[in-house]
Amino acid sequence: MRITSILGLLLILSACTTVQPWEKDLLAKPSMSLVPSEVDNALDEHIYFSKEASLGGQGVGGGGCGCN
Amino acid sequence: MSDQNNIRSKLTLASATLLQLGSISAVDAADNGWDISTAVLLYQENDGRVSAIEPVISGKKELKNGDRISLKAVFDSLTGATPTGATATSAVQTFTNPSGKKSFTTEAGETPLDSTFLDTRVALSGSWETPVIDDYSRVILGGNVSKEFDYASLGVSASFLRDYNSRNTTLSASIGLNSDTISPSGGVPTPFANMRIANSGTNRDGADDSKTITDLMLGVTQVINRRTLMQFNLGLSETSGYMNDPYKIISLVDSTSGLPITPTDSNDLPYLYESRPDSRSRQVFYWKTVYHLTEDVINVSYRYHTDDWGIDSHTVDFHYRYELGDGSYLQPHLRYYTQAAADFFTSSLVDGQPLPEFASSDYRLGEFVTQTIGLKYAMPTGENSEFSVRAELISQVQSDVGTPIGDQLNNELTPDLDSYIIQLGYNFRF
Repeated sequence: MRITSILGLLLILSACTTVQPWEKDLLAKPSMSLVPSEVDNALDEHIYFSKEASLGGQGVGGGGCGCN
Repeated sequence: MSDQNNIRSKLTLASATLLQLGSISAVDAADNGWDISTAVLLYQENDGRVSAIEPVISGKKELKNGDRISLKAVFDSLTGATPTGATATSAVQTFTNPSGKKSFTTEAGETPLDSTFLDTRVALSGSWETPVIDDYSRVILGGNVSKEFDYASLGVSASFLRDYNSRNTTLSASIGLNSDTISPSGGVPTPFANMRIANSGTNRDGADDSKTITDLMLGVTQVINRRTLMQFNLGLSETSGYMNDPYKIISLVDSTSGLPITPTDSNDLPYLYESRPDSRSRQVFYWKTVYHLTEDVINVSYRYHTDDWGIDSHTVDFHYRYELGDGSYLQPHLRYYTQAAADFFTSSLVDGQPLPEFASSDYRLGEFVTQTIGLKYAMPTGENSEFSVRAELISQVQSDVGTPIGDQLNNELTPDLDSYIIQLGYNFRF
């Protein structure tokens, strides 16, 4: 399973084209950020952390809470 | 010439900032002012359960030497009622509140809720990002502290990021350490001890307890092509220490009638404090893709979570940013989450049977599906300011776990939960 995942990942990455700096106009837009609104994201993460048993994936740390 | 410089500057900024974690954009980085985000979130659950008001303010600034700092403050104010973990029965039930000094009752057929639930939380966090070694590497150091009346948390984190492949690939490695202390109202309950009737002793082990959390994460962020950005993260997390919810109990029921028993000690109530393991190992795989259509942007992610408590979950999250043409946009949001129950999750314990090593009837450790549908509208209010409003409906549908006995067949053991949020936001620069 893990080997398959890693091979799949390498396959995807090997299919990438090298995008030159002058071709990054779209990628540089704020809307193309991985997390376009950190406030929305943090509030959502906090809600789901307090109502579900999973957390993490986007980063480390983030603060504990007595809510879970 | 100035145009050329301008373009060069933008391109440099674009390539330099594109692969940063977080949402620091090239446009934001071009100015040394503070980028401030403010929001107020209103959260409301159905059936008079929890309601919360949560104001947030955060600020980011790029310093003249290229370092970046960010600060955030969140305030939480919660009121309402939260499930105790005991099941609904066809008779009135009496419970003792966490302090052990007062009792409350739950009507027949109703899910027992602790209506004394009230909390205020303050959380502060900050990070500092600085280049190291050369122009291609950087370190982000972070810290967070939060305080509630019965809970305190202190955490630090460090990330190392390095760009490769003409800044089309970024590899990251992160570590986070958290130390939490819980000081429950009334003290730390003894696992599997009975809740006592009011003012007859409380079966407590001490005033407080603690846990530590260690997070490790490896990540790859990759520019796939001119329109596509992709991220993969692999996270490992170890928690050790006290992980019970000190306010959660489990009904101890008769093996035939399914009703709570009558304990031998007349000061005991037929509810036992929960008992969870004191360690938990989690693994998380996270994938995200951001794709630019002609104008609109799709942001989609998937998370797989598994741990040694038996909680496997899948989360799919989808945002579609629909540009309205004047800088404003509409953004529908869909989220689907499904979770398997913890191995030790049970809706009740049966009298006369040996106690398991661990047990909890906290609905959040059960088997359920959460579906979210939301919509955000944002509009510019000036050159560097934006107003936004969003609303979301969250629906959590629980599955039955175990075989109901007697009276339990007539009652809802795992009630569903509907909630909604409304959020107002205002971002500006100064």
